[in-house]
Amino acid sequence: MDATRCKPVDVVIVGGGWAGSIMAKEMTEAGQKVVMLERGPDRSTAVDGVYPGSIDELEGNFRYRLFQDLSKSTVTIRNNIHQRALPYRRMAAFLPGEGVGGAGLHWSGVHFRMPPDDLVLRSKVIERYGKSFIPEGMNLQDYGVTYEDLEPFFDRAEKVFGTSGEPYRINGEVVGKGNVFSPSRSGPFPLPALKDVYSAHLFRKAATEAGFHPYSMPAANASAQYTNPYGAQMGPCNFCGYCSGYACYMYSKASPNVNILPVLRRDPLFELRTHAHVLRVEMDSTKTRATGVTYIDQQGRTWTQPAELVILSAFQFHNVRLMLLSGIGRPYDPVANEGVVGRNFVYQNVTTSMVWLDKGIETEQFIGTGGGGVAFDDFNSENFDHGPLGFVGGSPVWVNQAGVKAIAAAQAGGPPGTPRWGSAWKRGLVDTYRHSLRIDAHGANMAYRDVFLDLDPTWKDAYGLPLLRMTFDWKDNDIRMNRYVVDRIGDVARAMGARHVQLTKREFGVPFDTRKYQTTHLGGGAVMGTDPTTSALNRYLQVWDVPNVFVIGANAFPQGTGYNPTGMVAALAYWSAHHIRTTYLKNPGPLVSP
Amino acid sequence: MNRLHAVPTRRTFMQVMAGATALVATPCGAARPDGGAPMVAHAPVFFNADEWRFLNAACARLIPRDALGPDAVTLGVPRFIDLQMDTPYGRGQSWYMHAPFAEGPANLGYQLPYAPRDIYRVGIAGANAWCHNHEGSAFAALLPARQDEVLAMMERGEMTFGNLPAAQFFEQLLSNTMEGAFADPIHGGNAGLRAWTMIGFPGARADFMDWVDQYGMKYPLGTVSISGESA
Repeated sequence: MDATRCKPVDVVIVGGGWAGSIMAKEMTEAGQKVVMLERGPDRSTAVDGVYPGSIDELEGNFRYRLFQDLSKSTVTIRNNIHQRALPYRRMAAFLPGEGVGGAGLHWSGVHFRMPPDDLVLRSKVIERYGKSFIPEGMNLQDYGVTYEDLEPFFDRAEKVFGTSGEPYRINGEVVGKGNVFSPSRSGPFPLPALKDVYSAHLFRKAATEAGFHPYSMPAANASAQYTNPYGAQMGPCNFCGYCSGYACYMYSKASPNVNILPVLRRDPLFELRTHAHVLRVEMDSTKTRATGVTYIDQQGRTWTQPAELVILSAFQFHNVRLMLLSGIGRPYDPVANEGVVGRNFVYQNVTTSMVWLDKGIETEQFIGTGGGGVAFDDFNSENFDHGPLGFVGGSPVWVNQAGVKAIAAAQAGGPPGTPRWGSAWKRGLVDTYRHSLRIDAHGANMAYRDVFLDLDPTWKDAYGLPLLRMTFDWKDNDIRMNRYVVDRIGDVARAMGARHVQLTKREFGVPFDTRKYQTTHLGGGAVMGTDPTTSALNRYLQVWDVPNVFVIGANAFPQGTGYNPTGMVAALAYWSAHHIRTTYLKNPGPLVSP
Repeated sequence: MNRLHAVPTRRTFMQVMAGATALVATPCGAARPDGGAPMVAHAPVFFNADEWRFLNAACARLIPRDALGPDAVTLGVPRFIDLQMDTPYGRGQSWYMHAPFAEGPANLGYQLPYAPRDIYRVGIAGANAWCHNHEGSAFAALLPARQDEVLAMMERGEMTFGNLPAAQFFEQLLSNTMEGAFADPIHGGNAGLRAWTMIGFPGARADFMDWVDQYGMKYPLGTVSISGESA
C-alpha cells in the first residue's frame, strides 16, 4: 500500500496512555515537536466521565466501553510450546485499554513505588540464598537500575498523579505510620492517605493482631483537592466505587486525560492524532535506525510519519508486537534460548479470598475507591526469609475494596459450592454481598525460559498482520508462593472473627485460564537490563540495536512484581525522558555501549 | 467502534416499549405455566414466539420468585436480553470473529463462530428439540421442577445442540440473565430497581463521602437509577 508522507517531526509517540503522555510532556518541554498517535478515539472526562451516564456497570465492566476493540486485533494464547495457540476472542482474563488515556483512564489508581529489592532481585536472591536457589528454567534478572536511581522519578510521578498515602521514612527518619518495609522517600506524599472503608478498617485491626504491619495503600485517588505541578486540578474522591473500568466523574482518579493532557493539548509543539493505528516502525537500510512510523487512519488511508526519535508507549504486549512486526531487536527463540524480543513475558499471580462476618455487620462493599485500602507487605518482595520456604518472589496482601457493584456481585453469588442460580444462589448472594469482604494475595510472577511472546503463524488482525502469540502457564515456584501467602490470610481472617472463610489458592496442575478475569498487569517481553543478550532495552529503555527507538512500559519489567505496575511505568517514563533530555538530544546515539 | 451504539438508543427503547403496550394481549403477555406473575409486557424484536416462550420460562427458573425477591421475568430480564441482541455486543461485533475457528482446551476460551444472537437462536432451538424428544413438549410447557433439571443438565454439559455445546448456551443465558436483572433499569431489566433493593445496592448514588467511615452502620438511602427513578 502507498503511504502518504507527513511533514517530519522531532518525535513520534505511539500510544496515548500514561507512558506516551509523560513522554510527550517531557519532549515538548525540551522544545521537541511531538506527534502522538493513538489508535482509539479521543476521550476526556468532560465527555466520557459525565455523571450519571458514566457509572453504568453494564457498559463499563461488561460491554468494555473503554477497552480494546478485540474485533480488530487480539492475541492468541497457549499454555505451552506443544499446544496450538487460540485467539483470545472475548474479553476475560485481562482487559487492555484503547483510546486517549489508554489503560490510564480505566485503571483503579493503586500507585506504588517498586520495592528496592525487586529491582535487583537476581543479585539479592544469589546474595541471600546462593545461585542454586534459582529454579531451573527461571530467567531471574536485575533491572539495571536501583531504587536510588529512580527515587526522584517516583517522586515526580506521585506529584503529577496527586497520590494519597502515608509515608514511613523520609530521608532516613521515621516520620509516620506507613509501610515499615517501604524504602526511604525524599518527601511526603502529595496528599494524606484516604480514609479506610469499613472492610479495610477491620482488616487493619486484624492484621495488627495477627502480628503483621498494615499500612494505607498509596492511591492516585485524591484524598483532597489538589493541583499538580502542571497546573492540572483534581477533586476529592467521594468513594463512589466506579474507578476500574470508568472515567472518574469526580476528577479524583489520576489519568493522563486529567493530569497531563489538558496542558499538552494547548501546547503548539504537541499534536494528537486519534484513530491512528500504527502498523510498523520504518527502518533505514542498515536496520539500526528508525525513520518514522506508518499508520492507518479511520478512513483506511496509510500515512508515514517521519521522525528523528520514535517512542513506543503502547500497552505492554502491543509494544512487543510492534517491535516484532518492525524487525527491531532480535526475536526470542526459547529452544535456542537466544534473542530478546518476546523473552521474559510475565503476568501477575493474584487470588482473592473471602471472609464472611456476622449477619449484623454490613460491609457495604459498594463503597470504595480503586487505589485505596489497607495492605501488609510482610510476605512481599525480600521482606521475609525465603530460605526455608524454597520459592522466589512474594505477595502483598490487601483489602482493596474498589466498589463491588451489582452485576459483578450477582455473578460471583455465594460461597464456592453454592448453586449459581435458583433460590439457593439468591440466598448466598444476599448474604455474601451484604456481609463479606475480599482479601487479595497480589503476588509476583517470575520469568521462565518457556514463557514468551512471538508472532502467531495463523491468525491475523483486521489489517492482515499476524497476531501476537502468548505462551504462558503457572509454574510450581509461583504456585507454592501463592499458597504460602494465602495461608497467612487465614491467620488474619481468624483474627477478624470470621463466620466463614474461603481461602482461594492457585492449584497445582490447573493451567492458566483465559476465561476468568485475573488482572491486566502483564509485563516483560522487551525488558530493560545491562546485558544485550538477555535484555531488549538498556537501562534507559533505549533499544540496544536501534538507539533512536525507546520503548516505555511494563514490557521493560524483567519479572513480575507483587505491586501494581503503573507507578513503576510512570517512574521509568520520567527516568528515560530525563536521560533523553539531558544526554540523548545533545548527542543522539547509544546511551550505553553494548 | 462508536461506543454509543453499545446501548439501545432511547428512541429504540421507547419504540419497543410503545410496541409492547399495543401487543400486550399477545401470548407473550400470558400467565406463566407455574401460575406466577404475568411476564413484563414487551413485544420481542429479535426473538420469535417460540424462542420468547423459552426465554421467559428459563429466566424465571434461573432467578425464581421467592421470599427474597422477584423472578427474572418480573424484573424484565427477557426484555433486556431481547434489546441486547440488537447491539454490537449481540451481533458479536465486539468479539474477535476472524477465521479459522479451531477447537481447543476449554481454558483457552470461547472458539465458536457464533455471536450472542446466534448462540440464542441455535441454543433455544436445540433445547426445545431436546425437550420435545425427551419430554414430549417444549421447555416452556414443562413443570418448573423439570425445567430446573433440564437447565442443570445444560449447565453440566450433558447435551449438545449441533456444534454448540449446551454448556456454552447455558453460560450465555446465565450471564445475560444476571446482567439484565442487576444492570441499571435503563437497559430494560431490573424493573422497579427491585434486584438492587434485594441486595442493598444503591445504584447511581455514587457518593459516599459522608458514609465511608460510618463503620458497621447500614447505608440509609434507597437505590436510584441513572434515569433518576428511585426505590
